[in-house]
Amino acid sequence: MTTLLKIIKYQLHDLLRGKWFIIYTAVFFLLTDGLFRFGGDSGQVALSLMNVVLFIIPLVSIVFGTMFFYNSREFMELLLSQPISRVALFLGLYLGLTLPLSAVYLIGVGIPFMYHAGIMTGGYWILLLVGVSLTWVFTALAFLIAVLSEQRVKGVGMTIVLWLFFAILYDGIILFILFALEEYPLEKLTLILSLFNPIDLGRILMLLQFDIAALMGYTGALFSKFYGNMFGSAVAVFALWTWCAIPAWLGYRAFSKKDF
Amino acid sequence: MRLFHTILIIPIMSSALWAGLVQVGSDYGYATVAEGLEASLSGDTVFVHPGTYVESGLTVPHALTLIGKDNPIIDGNHSGEILTVTADDVIIEGFTFKGSGLSHLDENAAVRFEEANNGRISHNRFEDNFFAIYVSKSENCLIDNNTIRGLAQTESRSGNGIHLWYCKNINISGNSISGHRDGIYLEFVEQCEVTQNHSTKNLRYGLHFMFSNHNEYNNNRFDNNGAGVAVMYSRHVDMHNNVFADNWGSAAYGLLLKDIYDSKITDNQFNRNTVGLYSEACNRIQVEGNNFENNGWAVKIMANSMDNVFTHNNFIANTFDIATNSRQNFNSFNQNYWNRYRGYDLDKDGIGDIPFHPVKLFSLLTEKNEPALMLMRSIFVEIMDLAESYIPILTPATLIDAEPLMRINS
Amino acid sequence: MINIKGLKKRFGRLEVLKELDAQIQENTITAIVGHNGSGKTTLIKCMLGLDKYDGGDISIKDFKLNGDWNYRSQIGYMPQVARFPENLTASEVITMISDLRTGSSTQAEELISYFRLVDEMEKPLKTLSGGTRQKVNAIVALMFNPDILILDEPTAGLDPVSSSLLKDKINAEKTAGKTVIITSHIMSEIQELADTILYLLDGKIFFDGPVDDLIAQTGEKNLERAIAKMMS
Repeated sequence: MTTLLKIIKYQLHDLLRGKWFIIYTAVFFLLTDGLFRFGGDSGQVALSLMNVVLFIIPLVSIVFGTMFFYNSREFMELLLSQPISRVALFLGLYLGLTLPLSAVYLIGVGIPFMYHAGIMTGGYWILLLVGVSLTWVFTALAFLIAVLSEQRVKGVGMTIVLWLFFAILYDGIILFILFALEEYPLEKLTLILSLFNPIDLGRILMLLQFDIAALMGYTGALFSKFYGNMFGSAVAVFALWTWCAIPAWLGYRAFSKKDF
Repeated sequence: MRLFHTILIIPIMSSALWAGLVQVGSDYGYATVAEGLEASLSGDTVFVHPGTYVESGLTVPHALTLIGKDNPIIDGNHSGEILTVTADDVIIEGFTFKGSGLSHLDENAAVRFEEANNGRISHNRFEDNFFAIYVSKSENCLIDNNTIRGLAQTESRSGNGIHLWYCKNINISGNSISGHRDGIYLEFVEQCEVTQNHSTKNLRYGLHFMFSNHNEYNNNRFDNNGAGVAVMYSRHVDMHNNVFADNWGSAAYGLLLKDIYDSKITDNQFNRNTVGLYSEACNRIQVEGNNFENNGWAVKIMANSMDNVFTHNNFIANTFDIATNSRQNFNSFNQNYWNRYRGYDLDKDGIGDIPFHPVKLFSLLTEKNEPALMLMRSIFVEIMDLAESYIPILTPATLIDAEPLMRINS
Repeated sequence: MINIKGLKKRFGRLEVLKELDAQIQENTITAIVGHNGSGKTTLIKCMLGLDKYDGGDISIKDFKLNGDWNYRSQIGYMPQVARFPENLTASEVITMISDLRTGSSTQAEELISYFRLVDEMEKPLKTLSGGTRQKVNAIVALMFNPDILILDEPTAGLDPVSSSLLKDKINAEKTAGKTVIITSHIMSEIQELADTILYLLDGKIFFDGPVDDLIAQTGEKNLERAIAKMMS
């Protein structure tokens, strides 16, 4: 455990020297601050940030995650010749990236919120929760890809394809299915489909906060019943974390068998 | 308190000098309200002392002032109607009416005015009645400052709070109504004013208008009703400065308009409703200076609505601003504030230089296919909406606000 | 003593080690030689647990390698190319590794001055020359005074002065009772340092014995010629 903490500490140390982190914090900070300055109460700012969260966080996490993993190759080799277990190293690398990424997001968004809005509404907490969850999910996916693919270019290419799939294509496919099979009751299908895309899960969790009025207008009782109560939200959060746990676990399995 | 009561009673007593005072109470001349009413003559005052009177089927056949002291309870024990007024110039004030009988055949009310003009129902409490106040074929009445609480569970086993039928020139003001089927129900009613009422948590509509022309309602608050407020088949209705809020559900509206002509909707607040304003087959309605905030759909306007004018309204943080079911548009939207508007104002005249398309492609898609709603705010949908806003293919190309306001219209 | 039995390792379709058997005695300097791609580095990495072998057994000091990692505290490893987190300075790397191994190094300071690195320690590693990095690498391998030293091409990239410093150090380690495993392409260096030679060919041990024996058997005057003769 102490070894794990030490690995995290050194990763953090190393990362904080790069400009990446400053830029990433600045983007969130300026964006949030700007949204407040150019009109809008905290609800509207949270709503505008929602799209950023759903778009940028998965992209940055997955692309930066793979690049980080590839760039940590030396660190891994150095550490693996020392009396250090692979599980500690893998977890250390993972937490060493997800913790600062999450912190940067929380700080970049949280500080402008605090001095502009003061009070945090429920929607705001969900925004933070979803942002952090997506960071963890897409970093896990990034690590999985990076472990499996030795070639950097191929690996980074794959991450972008995967991101495009989850961020955009997946919803296009759902829309296509919904209209192609218009004649059939599709309630359950849409419910199930939404569980298989972490970005959709995050999006729905936020919709429940910001667009509940429109969701309530949906006559499909199943959907609003399911997602409209605490149980549905709990399921969505659980599914989101499963999306983090499974790729991370698969990534670790591949990592533990990997040759360096 | 005693002094206050004395002061209150003196004018009544003094009027009794020329009209006659009938006192009801266990320590007074008449032990029951029925006996008191029986003994009264036209123009008398019947003064009811505190207590609980388990009585129903009471009738007022002549002009009368019926006063309750400290809200005496008249408990109908859930059988039939409690009090029926069939004469003009009747005042009912200061009672608690409880338990008019539930019936599937009769519309049993706690207080019914039947062909009774110039009446007044003031400062009463109504609890657990089938219908509370029922006014039929009457004119020039005032219903004010009553508190009406129903225990409605299902629509079929509940009546309306204030029910008007074939009435004219009735003023309904300052009442608080909850727990009925419709809070206020008006059918074939003219020249009525509904003002400063609070209608909340009713099973169906907070206010329900049918076939009622030339009416006005203003400064009311309608919230948390099963389906909001419905105004149907009426002309010349003036709706001003009301609040429509928190009406949730798959068929819930802040304000539902159906077949309404030549009416005005001005300076109202529509907050957090599933649909703020729904318009079907409405014509020549002036919608001006309203605030639509945090609704699922601010305005749903069906293609059979024509020549309606939306101007100087604020549309803020709604999921969808305007939804419609057709590519056609026969209504005008001009000089509204849209918080979603991203245009610019180079000549600084407060009006955006490029028009705003308030109908999103996605809202059209969800009209056709409801489960698609789950894709709301997805990046794919945003891209689609963006493309559609530049080259409208499916959304009505003429439904635009050519002069969107840059700032909130206050 | 390191005991290797039936060691198999393949990378995809390429079979690198084919049931390799070898023994490395304590307190010796053993050189692993072979042509490029013969599996020298793979063998070393299997011993370190960096590469996961497909079959066979390796035991180090009666300790079987089966996924546990504690045995590595007895090994100092110097890889072929020094690879460090590029943003760190040499002293940070040394501090970090000391920290991670939780036993503070008593020798680091001494080694730094021995390899004349005092002035380089605070510079980021990415700005250092290959040779300097290689010396940092050597310090990392040596600083915990491990019983076993595994050195993969240790002198590659070093200038003659540093190279002889390192060789002196290796000899001193042996004198101090350590077991040293070394790979090199420079036969004169091996002849100078090694007691025993493991000659790898086609994933197996082709020759295993003292350097002097090999030279005597072939009748050549030095190791390089002896090996060339053996191969012909």
